[in-house]
Amino acid sequence: MSGTRVPAALVALAGLGLLFFLLPLAGLLVRAPWDQAVAGITAPETVTALGLSLFCSLAATVVSLVLGIPLALVLAKTSGSLRNVMRALTTLPMVLPPVVGGVALLLAFGRRGLVGSLLDQAFGIQIPFTTAAAVMAETFVAMPFLVIAVEGGLRSLDPRYEEAARALGARGWMVFARVTLPLLRPAIFSGAVLCWARALGEFGATITFAGNFPGRTQTVPVAVYVALETRPDSAIILSLILLAVSLAILVGLRDRWLGTP
Amino acid sequence: MTRRLTILGLALVLCACGGQGTDSLPGESSITVFAAASLQPAFDKIGARLQTTNNIRTTFNYAGTQTLTAQVQQGAQGDVFASADTSHMTTLQGSGLLSGQATIFAHNKLEIAVAKGNPKHIQTLADLSRAGLVVVLADPSVPAGKYAQQALAKAKVTVHPASLELQVTAVLNKVALGEADAGIVYVSDVLTNGKVDGVAIPEEQNVLADYPIAALKSASNPTGARAFIDSVLSSDGQATLKSAGFQGV
Amino acid sequence: MSLIARVKVRHHDFALDVALDVDPGQTVAILGPNGAGKTTLLRALSGLIEIEGRVELAGQVLEDSATRLRVPTEERHVGLVFQDHVLFPHLSVLDNVAFGLQAQGRPGAKKIALGWLERAGLADKASSMPRELSGGQAQRVALLRTLATEPRLLLLDEPLSALDVTIRAEVRRELSRQLASFGGVRLIVTHDPLEAIALADRLVVLEGGRVVQSGTPEEVTARPRSRFVADLAGVNLLRGKAHGDRVALASGASIAAPDAGEGDVFAVIHPRAVALYLSRPEGTPRNVWQGQVEDIDLHGDRVRVRVTSPVPLVAEVTPAAVRELRLQAGGAVWVAFKATEVSVYPA
Repeated sequence: MSGTRVPAALVALAGLGLLFFLLPLAGLLVRAPWDQAVAGITAPETVTALGLSLFCSLAATVVSLVLGIPLALVLAKTSGSLRNVMRALTTLPMVLPPVVGGVALLLAFGRRGLVGSLLDQAFGIQIPFTTAAAVMAETFVAMPFLVIAVEGGLRSLDPRYEEAARALGARGWMVFARVTLPLLRPAIFSGAVLCWARALGEFGATITFAGNFPGRTQTVPVAVYVALETRPDSAIILSLILLAVSLAILVGLRDRWLGTP
Repeated sequence: MTRRLTILGLALVLCACGGQGTDSLPGESSITVFAAASLQPAFDKIGARLQTTNNIRTTFNYAGTQTLTAQVQQGAQGDVFASADTSHMTTLQGSGLLSGQATIFAHNKLEIAVAKGNPKHIQTLADLSRAGLVVVLADPSVPAGKYAQQALAKAKVTVHPASLELQVTAVLNKVALGEADAGIVYVSDVLTNGKVDGVAIPEEQNVLADYPIAALKSASNPTGARAFIDSVLSSDGQATLKSAGFQGV
Repeated sequence: MSLIARVKVRHHDFALDVALDVDPGQTVAILGPNGAGKTTLLRALSGLIEIEGRVELAGQVLEDSATRLRVPTEERHVGLVFQDHVLFPHLSVLDNVAFGLQAQGRPGAKKIALGWLERAGLADKASSMPRELSGGQAQRVALLRTLATEPRLLLLDEPLSALDVTIRAEVRRELSRQLASFGGVRLIVTHDPLEAIALADRLVVLEGGRVVQSGTPEEVTARPRSRFVADLAGVNLLRGKAHGDRVALASGASIAAPDAGEGDVFAVIHPRAVALYLSRPEGTPRNVWQGQVEDIDLHGDRVRVRVTSPVPLVAEVTPAAVRELRLQAGGAVWVAFKATEVSVYPA
């Protein structure tokens, strides 16, 4: 690809696109009340919201990995209309407005929900307004990213590796754990990063299903929203902190794990 | 990622809200009204009446008062602003965003919203601190939330809410959906939402919310704005507000 | 320990129908052009493709469509070596070779694997990754990986074709050695006749999903029964109906061949026995036709001239002859060969 000249018109469009992303970030940096930055970063509400956000998004990513990788495996090995239905289901959260997702979660897991009512009556378990609810909301919107990335990785895998493993006498579990999974590492990683980023930024489903309470369900996006109307400076500082943390993790991890095996 | 940018760019996005150019029929003029969420049932009716009497088409922007205030401050275009408390109106006044003075047009009181039939037998604010009860309040940044805190302080009750919603209507909805056992909302909210029952809060604990209305300096239709405000203050408008649970002026 | 296989596979528009009986200690090469079904056959025997028919190995039935019995690949104990090694890229050479042993639950798998590497002179590469190996080394490691599991049937899919021509000979020699000491049934699939002849005791020629010929390399090339084998043996192959001392070809021409016999026959004439003339020759050759030069090919110090005539032939002549006759593509020429040079055998 290097060496071919990109047509000037395309470069211009690319420049516009870049600008579109750059300007809001630049606005954030330029308008930030840097003198309040230190106070903002160390304020207990900030630390609480940040800690909660990191915990929930990581938990959501872990759940997505545990459920999403097997799901991707099944999707990749199925064909026909069954697969189309399954695929539509798993990617639905991506096109659904997050608030709608939140409402759907309420109707399923709320106190009067399909499953929620059973949990409440049988075990006295109520999910809405808990940290678990925030994790569930984030998982709901973010897992499709992981599933799609891993399924894509599986489809582009040379089927002969698994065949060679089987011919050497390896059974299903050993083939999966020692051949398929290691070869999927780049796809799993990029899927997990997308998933985590989406989970971190989730707002609509969280506020609808989990509500807003500092330390329990007030993740950074929710905290920013609350602060934006009354304390815009705090909101900007919070936003910058989230941006910095995300950037640091993304940049730090990128080089280490993205190399092909 | 997209979500975060959306939140962060809220200020930019909100600028585009309000002041939409609407296609109007010949002879018809249009206005945009920013109004607190609790005013929706009443204002919708007033807006419809204005259409037939003055041929003015009203577009409403209902949201939490704090959200609307931020929008206007960031430059959103509107003709009228109706707030659920005076402090936000004062903020706009201080920023020079009002055209003229604000007028109080209604009052509202707080009420406890409970599920139909009051299955948990909630009678007072003190009952809200009962263990095992799921109580939802509006966030203190929302006027209703601020008033609720005042009422609870007056009653010397400590409540551990499950959530601090960003709009009083969200509190109402959580109770209506059965997710919360109780929430503190406006009297008008309980009245217009048929799916919940209300438990009155005694005078000495209750808070009187003042609802001011004003024309915005950025109004593109000052005449229309005036007409709307007059309609709200008229006897018809006041009757509509009263039937929605508000107290008139 | 023998392999008895009756394999039928239907794949879209391709059908494979093969009967194979192989004794242990014998190396059988399945030879055929691309698309003949060779790889399909190997995959069927290793259980990766479902078949109609029956596969029995060392007395154990691996697959029988009549009784719906199907032993899955991982339980067949059949070794499959792929064309381009397919070593696990994320595992070291040692881990690759030990993989099958670990799958079998053998204790000390890594030690046994190291032993195999040492005997093959590859112990110094034990901790290398597959991408660090040369093509030849990788293919050898792939073979060791399979041999280490001591399979009862060894299936090699074009073991040398992915290698550089220069190292092919060396790897072929080593392969020969490994095969000689392997006790089970050995099946090699290839489209390279040299590979087949060098490694196999018996050839099975597969074309269009069917076995067209089988026998020792010498038997097969002496009496080719298909264009593919004929081309490989470098002879002219004609097919026709024999009657007494003449053979009638489909084109209508008839050639003289003593003791041709009766019925469907193959007639083989070596290109060396075909002579070219500028004008009709007078002499003893009974088979003389006029034709047109189609193309001229230099092979070392011989020239192969393809001639279209009622009897299409390839003649092998010297470059000097080509110059003298001023032969060129499209030019008119006469071909002639003696009846005694025609070898005829039943089709």
